[in-house]
Amino acid sequence: MSRALPVLTVVAAILALWYAAAVWMNATWTRDQAERAGVELSVSDILTDTMAQERPVLPAPHQVVTELWNTTARKKVTSKRSLVFHGWITLSATLLGFAIGTGAGILLAIGIVHNRAMDMSVMPWAIASQTIPILAIAPMIIVVLNSLGIQGLVPKAIISAYLSFFPVVVGMVKGLRSPDAMQLDLMRTYNASGRESFWKLRLPSSMPYLFTSLKIGIAASLVGAIVGELPTGAIRGLGARMLTGSYYGQTIQIWSALFAAAILAACLVGIVGVLQRVTLKRMGMDQ
Amino acid sequence: MTQTPVIQAQNLDLTFQTNDGPIHALKGVDLEIGKGEFVSFIGPSGCGKTTFLRVIAALEHPTGGTITVNGMTPDEARQKRAYGYVFQAAGLYPWRTIAGNIKLPLEIMGFSRAEQEERVKNVLQLVDLEGFGGKFPWQLSGGMQQRASIARALAFDADILLMDEPFGALDEIVRDHLNEQLLALWARTEKTIGFVTHSIPEAVYLSTKIVVMSPRPGRITDVIDSPLPRERPLDIRDTPEFLEVAHRVREGLRAGHAYD
Ligand SMILES: Nc1ncnc2c1ncn2[C@@H]1O[C@H](COP(=O)(O)OP(=O)(O)O)[C@@H](O)[C@H]1O
Ligand SMILES: [Mg+2]
Repeated sequence: MSRALPVLTVVAAILALWYAAAVWMNATWTRDQAERAGVELSVSDILTDTMAQERPVLPAPHQVVTELWNTTARKKVTSKRSLVFHGWITLSATLLGFAIGTGAGILLAIGIVHNRAMDMSVMPWAIASQTIPILAIAPMIIVVLNSLGIQGLVPKAIISAYLSFFPVVVGMVKGLRSPDAMQLDLMRTYNASGRESFWKLRLPSSMPYLFTSLKIGIAASLVGAIVGELPTGAIRGLGARMLTGSYYGQTIQIWSALFAAAILAACLVGIVGVLQRVTLKRMGMDQ
Repeated sequence: MTQTPVIQAQNLDLTFQTNDGPIHALKGVDLEIGKGEFVSFIGPSGCGKTTFLRVIAALEHPTGGTITVNGMTPDEARQKRAYGYVFQAAGLYPWRTIAGNIKLPLEIMGFSRAEQEERVKNVLQLVDLEGFGGKFPWQLSGGMQQRASIARALAFDADILLMDEPFGALDEIVRDHLNEQLLALWARTEKTIGFVTHSIPEAVYLSTKIVVMSPRPGRITDVIDSPLPRERPLDIRDTPEFLEVAHRVREGLRAGHAYD
């Protein structure tokens, strides 16, 4: 209860601000319409109208919630208007991209930790890769892959992987280097090879770091998948919903797609968090 | 003890090159350790006790002089699994059970599954931890964890046991108990033990030979062969012989300090 109260207060404040902003921002259109029709408007008329426009500048919260409800629970999941359908399209690209990004990130980290040349050369490139705006890179990836005949899921997954490999590299390098000098010396007293030290010491030690990175990585993957849907003029996926929404001024559709993406991100991060807790607890590393 | 020494150091030097200039961690160290001896290294911080143990274990390499372990270089001796090393912290892997931790060196050294089980059982008995094989480290007290780490060092049956302040982090009562157990274990296994400590009573109680060291440069100032019998109940610490040895160790430490 003591924790719920501040959270609820903040949520209530945001909702209040949101409603106020919706009234203020949508009122212009309401007044214009009324002027054209030559009608006088009372305050309550303005309030009612700004809450229920079809294409508001800023949809009111309940409009977004209603749209979310209508396009999830009340549509068949195979329908083109179902957010579950679009969500799944984005989710599948996210998961594939996350798998590729995590795999690549772990492999790069292993290389960096075990090979001096890679240690010196890979990290600067990895950092440079993240300083290039993804919006600039995404269309190029799509175009290049398209010319190779690769379309649909894979290009989006690659953009998604491009964003998610970086936190995994950083976290894994730190994790694989986390065993202290004493633990490494212990392995040396057994005459252990690099491979044995890796499997028996470095890899298990890196697990807490890996999971922290995975939480960031999966959220980044989702962003990547959505961004990957924007430049293709795709008609399926949450990114496509945002894009078509903006073509036709369907602000309610944009906002509901936005919230669907946020909810999806929260669920994905939550799932990774649960896996983290279960795994580390089983490994006795959950301090 | 007239057989060939297990460890023989002659005029051993080790200088660390640091940004603040060279540090003479060991200088002109001569020492022979015979089979089955229990040798304690005592001296103030920084006198090179850890460094000497690490040289024996081939974790550091001397910059001068010679050292042999079982008649070989330390590196060769390690490949022949000549020693088990116990660090100050137990350093058990939290993700492995006690039995799993003891199996770690056995897996690396390629013992068969059946032999691993057999050895785990034996060493757990040796350190008085029977029935704790399935527990995780966090379920054990500090003293029990340190015993498990000794079991891990014993598991592959090296005939030298190197221990660097293994009980330094434990309280006095636990320490007394572990000292007693260590002596019993030494008597049963006839291993050669190199033991670093800060404590004069601990050194005198455990050792057949006490090596007193002093710092800057790290060197040996006295080697005392203990007149105490190998059989040692805890109350031997109140006998005149014990106190006399302790007195000589203290004198040796004081003499080392006079150089400062
Ligand atoms: N890897 C190292 N690099 C530089 N100096 C070191 C290193 N290891 C130990 N020393 C120095 O060597 C000296 C002896 O250290 P050590 O053997 O750990 O002493 P002790 O164990 O007796 O306290 C100290 O002055 C210490 O700072
Ligand atoms: Mg030391």
